[in-house]
Amino acid sequence: MQFLISLHINPAVLDALTDAEKAAIGEGHGRFIQSLKQSGELITTQALVDPSQAAVVSVRNGQPVVTDGPFLEAKEHLGGFYLVDCEDKDRAIELATQIPDAAIDGLGVEVRQVMFADGHLEA
Amino acid sequence: MTAPNIEDLLRELTPQVLGALVRRHGQFEDCEDAVQEAVLAATVQWPAEGVPNNPRGWLATVASRRLIDRMRSDHARREREAATAMEAPPAEVPDTDDTLVLLFLCCHPKLTAASQTALTLRAVGGLTTAEIAHAFLVPEATMAARISRAKQRIKAAGSTFTLPDGAVLEERLRVVLHVLYLIFNEGYTASSGSHLHRADLAHEAIRLTRTVHAQLPEDSEVTGLLALMLLTHARRKARTTASGDLVPLDEQDRSKWDRALIDEGTELVKASLAGPALGPYQLQAGIAATHADADTAEETNWPQVHALYLILERIAPNPMVTLNRAIALAETEGPQAGLTLLSTLDSDDRMAGHHRLLSVRAHLLEKTGDAAGAYEHYRRAAKSTASLAEQRYLESRASRVTRLAPQALRSIQR
Repeated sequence: MQFLISLHINPAVLDALTDAEKAAIGEGHGRFIQSLKQSGELITTQALVDPSQAAVVSVRNGQPVVTDGPFLEAKEHLGGFYLVDCEDKDRAIELATQIPDAAIDGLGVEVRQVMFADGHLEA
Repeated sequence: MTAPNIEDLLRELTPQVLGALVRRHGQFEDCEDAVQEAVLAATVQWPAEGVPNNPRGWLATVASRRLIDRMRSDHARREREAATAMEAPPAEVPDTDDTLVLLFLCCHPKLTAASQTALTLRAVGGLTTAEIAHAFLVPEATMAARISRAKQRIKAAGSTFTLPDGAVLEERLRVVLHVLYLIFNEGYTASSGSHLHRADLAHEAIRLTRTVHAQLPEDSEVTGLLALMLLTHARRKARTTASGDLVPLDEQDRSKWDRALIDEGTELVKASLAGPALGPYQLQAGIAATHADADTAEETNWPQVHALYLILERIAPNPMVTLNRAIALAETEGPQAGLTLLSTLDSDDRMAGHHRLLSVRAHLLEKTGDAAGAYEHYRRAAKSTASLAEQRYLESRASRVTRLAPQALRSIQR
């Protein structure tokens, strides 16, 4: 079963962390990726640029309209994700608990099963 | 020999060659890698240069050489083990079939189900890592890591290359059958994704189960599992439309069912039910055979289906079995009786909010004439499933209820 573990970040919360805390998060993700690779559960993982760099695209009357900034007017934004293939939802949740973000107030870790997939997985 | 024939031949020979190699050298994980490399070499060379006179000997020789190469490159053990391996390269493989022993090894209880299925398909099924990765829709590197981890676990568990006996054999055989069942199901239902097409896995599961059946013809659960697979596989052309939409059993065009598979499956069911023991696979096969026996959905012998589910529920209690029994009960005693039985599942954590419980309830509510209740449950079921095909089917049932009973639904639509 494939699950997307999405990481919802709050830039204000991240900014308030000390350098040591930031480094610990980075190392935590590194260890997590390594263990997922070894267990054969990692499909891919990606991190996204700051939400301030996002562009929202819509088409009205056939004309594209592009505005700067994230779509959601929220404190939290999608910061990145892990796409994993594991035994069941319980295992996906167990994996999610190993992500450092899960231990920090204001950062969200969400688990959802994949329903449809296409494209090149090796990318 | 054509490429598909070579592929079949290689899949048949892989476990035999691997078995012989492990028997001689031990070290399952290294032998398995060596055989995989030999199979890849054959895939490239045989179509171009022709199949050698003794394909099994060819594979064994190439695999042995690869194994020796591996040992040589392992500096720590170089001297001692290379010498051992050099002693007698198996020019001719002994004629014993170790496929069963290999299956038991790959379905080691220390492994997760995902690892058991992957390793079984590679070491016993002779599929390449890339093929297995493709079948399970994961990158090759992911599958390679999973297989490698599985082999390390087997090594750490200190497994020996022998067939277990007595009660252990019985227990381990259940695991093997479960793994084969999982492989079949993955091919049959595809737990996620848009297409219900992974027929190759179903085909592979049947082939492997045939091998087990050939070696253990007296085991009635092995027979039952093979029969169940054949009877289920027989319906594959009828269970989806050309556009990939699901067709439920009662609406399937039964002329599309594969009669040859049904006949073979039915014969096997009869044989297994005549045996001394009665197990879950036999009973499920018996249920499938009862459905196959009816020329139309209306002619289904529902009392027999219900009786078989009742026995299954007693010997292997499981909420999914109770759910299926509720469908049979609704056919024999009316939808209300089915709904009453379903309500016993509401307190079961394994079933609460499960899309199957929701969809069966929707179906039975529809039969009682409760269009609003049916609509609500079809919609909730559609939201709960991870299969796109199933979601489309459930959405279409919800729409159909709306069309058939617009009055009853007016309140919901507002």
